[in-house]
Amino acid sequence: MKKNVYMTNLRDERQNAWEGILNYFRKRSMWMLYYCTGCGAVELPPTMTTRFDMERFGMGPMATPRQADLLLITGYLSVKTLKRVIRSYEQMQDPKYLVGFGSCPINGGIYWDTYPVINHLEMFLPVDMSIAGCMPRPQAILDSFEKLRDEIQEGKAVGYKRYEKHYDWYKANQDKVLNREDAVLQPWEDPFADKPTLEALQAGEKMEEGEDK
Amino acid sequence: MSNINGLLSLKLLGFSFLSMSVGLLFMGLGRKVTARIQRRLGPPFYQAFLDVFKAFSKSSITHNYVMDLGIIMSLGGLIATAFFIPFAGYAVLGSSSIVIILYLMSIGYLGMAMGVSASGNPNATIGISRALALMLGYEIPIVMIVMAMMLTYGSSDLLTFATAQQGGFANWHIFKYPLGFLAIEISFQAMLGEAPYDHMIAPAEIASGPMVELSGKYLGIGFLLHAVQLYVETGLIVNLFLGGASTWYVFLLKQFAVYFTSMCINAVMARYRIEQGIAHLWKYAGTLALLQLFITRLGVF
Repeated sequence: MKKNVYMTNLRDERQNAWEGILNYFRKRSMWMLYYCTGCGAVELPPTMTTRFDMERFGMGPMATPRQADLLLITGYLSVKTLKRVIRSYEQMQDPKYLVGFGSCPINGGIYWDTYPVINHLEMFLPVDMSIAGCMPRPQAILDSFEKLRDEIQEGKAVGYKRYEKHYDWYKANQDKVLNREDAVLQPWEDPFADKPTLEALQAGEKMEEGEDK
Repeated sequence: MSNINGLLSLKLLGFSFLSMSVGLLFMGLGRKVTARIQRRLGPPFYQAFLDVFKAFSKSSITHNYVMDLGIIMSLGGLIATAFFIPFAGYAVLGSSSIVIILYLMSIGYLGMAMGVSASGNPNATIGISRALALMLGYEIPIVMIVMAMMLTYGSSDLLTFATAQQGGFANWHIFKYPLGFLAIEISFQAMLGEAPYDHMIAPAEIASGPMVELSGKYLGIGFLLHAVQLYVETGLIVNLFLGGASTWYVFLLKQFAVYFTSMCINAVMARYRIEQGIAHLWKYAGTLALLQLFITRLGVF
């Protein structure tokens, strides 16, 4: 498998003392919108309720994307759902974070060769954290949220900025699956085989900036 | 003259911050109480402060200027109400007329109605219409109880009611007017929008109702609204029924006792349907308040 873009972290250049203080509040109070696309949603009730009690860390469910900071993609994403997820993500207010649950948003999981299911979520939306596993247990979920909190404090969880900066790249990828016109029932091939990765794109930009100087 | 006005505006500013921070502290403690009832650890008691700071640090969407105006009007109306609530026997404006308090309290809801209806989301409209319908349910019992008190003391001053209860537990109105206290406790649950009268918010049903379109800073103001509302309504009950207080910490403790009762009920009750809610309020709270009014008028107590 080719190198994927979810490893990319763009350092927040504007990180200063004031941002650091704000980041403290952001990490201590994360409201989440969980998009119950697949089986991952079943791991959330135990994480939220008595046994693992997510509210200890100031996390709680919110009803609409407008109010939420954290979008959870809990499981596989079909193309139809992807459209709604993109709309939900774009309705959320900065700063916003996106977490993919389980193996399906990472590489398609057991649905990797199914025509209505997308394989790499990070091609369409900036993923701040991926939790491996099928499905991840509540311990793994809490562990990943702890890592996400650390990244927020350090100013590393800047997926929303990446999305703004490379919107053209994400938009082209989204259009490629959302506006697909060829028949779907045919031998499977990776629609992104010849696409440049986001890393290559960023490397190219850096070179251009260097040339300007 | 300008000197005095400057001092007064400082006091008013202080009172605004006091009402907000007391309300936010109570909200955090209330979440802790709910968590302990559900046998969870719960968030830290200062969680509501973190939430509000975070909400104000986010970007936000406005739909039109009516939305901005409505939200500000709502917060302004409630803070203005807070000025008339005597805090530990001290009314900052020198007046604490219960008529003005009841009048100003509805401005909060009306501003909210204007603001969130302007956002154009149908869920917000449903939520606010439920809130206004419920207002019809709980205002009538409250007005009847207030009438009973006004008839007894020949005054509409909340501070008069509070000072009349001084001198021990036996003088408290909770023992003098037990039916009225029950009625106002039921109405209080509806005023705050806690279960069983939480049709207004109803997250799983109408996506948090009035707050559905509020993002970032607007949601922060929404939190502050709830905080000031908490301060006003608990303060009202403490002054009306729990004997007021002469020191600030006793006043805060009594306020928290009222809110604690409310949170305990909230944690174990399910939600009524909206028409059941209003019918319940009129049937039970209304009957109790009416009985109290008759008993007071006939001079039985």
